[in-house]
Amino acid sequence: MEAASDPPGGGPRPNLTRVRTPRSVGESAIKVLLFVAALISVATTVGIVVSLAAETIEFFSQVGIFEYLLGTKWTPLAGGDQKSFGVLPLISGTLYLTALGLIVAVPLGLGSAVYLAEYASPRARRVIKPVLELLAGIPTIVLGYFALTFITPVLLQGILGIEVQIFNALSAGLALGVLILPVVATLADDSLRAVPASLREGAFGLGASKPQVVLRVVFPAALSGIVAGLVLAASRAIGETVVVLVAGGASANLGIDPRESFQNMAAFIAQTARGDIAAQSVEFLTIFAVGTTLFVMTLILNAISIRFVRRFQQVYE
Amino acid sequence: MSVAEAPVARAVVRGASSGARVREILFPAALLMCIAFAMLALVVLLVDVAVDGIPVLSADFLTRFPSQIFPERSGIQSALVGTLLLMAVCAVFIVPVGTATAIYLEEYADNNRWWNRLIEVNIQNLAAVPSIVYGILGLAFLVRGPLELGRVVLAGALTLGLLVLPVVIIVGREAIRAVPSSIREGSMALGATQWQTIWKQILPGALPGIATGVILALSRAIGETAPLIVVGAAAFARFNPNDLTNDPFSALPIQILAWVQDPQDEFRALAAGAILVLLFLLLLMNAGAIYLRNRFEQKW
Repeated sequence: MEAASDPPGGGPRPNLTRVRTPRSVGESAIKVLLFVAALISVATTVGIVVSLAAETIEFFSQVGIFEYLLGTKWTPLAGGDQKSFGVLPLISGTLYLTALGLIVAVPLGLGSAVYLAEYASPRARRVIKPVLELLAGIPTIVLGYFALTFITPVLLQGILGIEVQIFNALSAGLALGVLILPVVATLADDSLRAVPASLREGAFGLGASKPQVVLRVVFPAALSGIVAGLVLAASRAIGETVVVLVAGGASANLGIDPRESFQNMAAFIAQTARGDIAAQSVEFLTIFAVGTTLFVMTLILNAISIRFVRRFQQVYE
Repeated sequence: MSVAEAPVARAVVRGASSGARVREILFPAALLMCIAFAMLALVVLLVDVAVDGIPVLSADFLTRFPSQIFPERSGIQSALVGTLLLMAVCAVFIVPVGTATAIYLEEYADNNRWWNRLIEVNIQNLAAVPSIVYGILGLAFLVRGPLELGRVVLAGALTLGLLVLPVVIIVGREAIRAVPSSIREGSMALGATQWQTIWKQILPGALPGIATGVILALSRAIGETAPLIVVGAAAFARFNPNDLTNDPFSALPIQILAWVQDPQDEFRALAAGAILVLLFLLLLMNAGAIYLRNRFEQKW
């Protein structure tokens, strides 16, 4: 803002520069105040990066970075010689559980979205949409409870007769699937509905049947938005803590047998943070090293998702 | 759209085949099955929790303190009080900060400035950060480190607040954007300053939307377990936190987690009971959001 200046000598001319009045000062002060509030979100990111980085650097001063990234045995809480800091089992466990969740959520979520966007009457929509929102709003601890007390004993061991351990990847993966199904369905529904009606009408005009229009015209046209949604859903599953903590168990497992117990990175962090470990010990620092690994993974996925959304938005502009 | 043209041409040739008609019935049927599964999962989940949880619900269950040894004498008073306090403090934090950020980004920010674009991209990214990472932030900066609050309600509430702030901002921005620019221009033309316009015209118009965003954010925060684990909420608290900055605290999700992980069935039932209380609170909040949306939404 420019300060008021005296009119240059000569005749009386109207002063067109802004005058600093109490009111204008108040207006600028408010703007500054609002800007500071907006900076809190930036400070949050900085805070996350700093809090992770400081202790992670400390961690790597005690554990070799290659030992961490390439090691295949993760037993940081074990005593003496048994201690090992290879993070690969945690990473593979995280990806494995996420894959199980996606196997459930992708077909079911996309199927639901296609029905919602292309087939459902407005009345059916008004019923189905809130159900998906309700499912999306279920706290993850409830899904964990569901996995442990229903999916494992009743569905897997009872109805399907699979000999799973009490804590197993299958029930955690199924619960993760239920968790991200509404994410997949809602985002895919949005991108399907964003496809202009003219595309559908054109295809119908050429004599295509409804499934053909949906599968070969509308779905491909919405694909980039759908993929962005899938990436977001995957990053939700990768970062999920409680479902895996409750239903997946506590073993960092490098295998692929879904009947066994698996742990992911977030569940390890939670489990370790709950225990009685001395601050600044190596065990304590693993929380931050694993946190950094998880943060970087979700950041990369989110960047991919944003890129897909950008591409998607360009199509019809 | 070049993507669409080629497939359509082929589709026309095949359109007449006899399988096409069958497919036209089977395809939506398969899609409907997908939705049916989603609904079934929700119903089975709710029934499972209700069957286990309803028997333990009673006035005593709400007023007793939790026990690690005697399931029949256990209750959720400290967890419930902890959760309500967390939500209250969280709301006090996210309402002004979230609204102010939304106002700044919609009404003041010049998008050609790099710092404003940075704020925007940053909020998008924050919304995708796993909740456990916020727990680490809370542990490093609020519980220990610079602020050194300790394992108290204030630290937990601020951690949850930072976690759900993007929700308030994103929904709040939409509500502010929905106020037509004719309102702004009319107000300015009558001589109001920018802030007077915002305070007297735009905020009242956007208020139902902003309130909906706050409720959505709180209903996400109330079920969050992971950050509270890392921040250090206590399971089995034998007293209520009387002081937001001194006393240890518990919360419903933390109490539920502790009971779920107990192998005894009696404790699992307590977990189900506490889940029902949590779901009831969630239901209340969502009903509140729907009421606000229907009652106060302006038609411009």
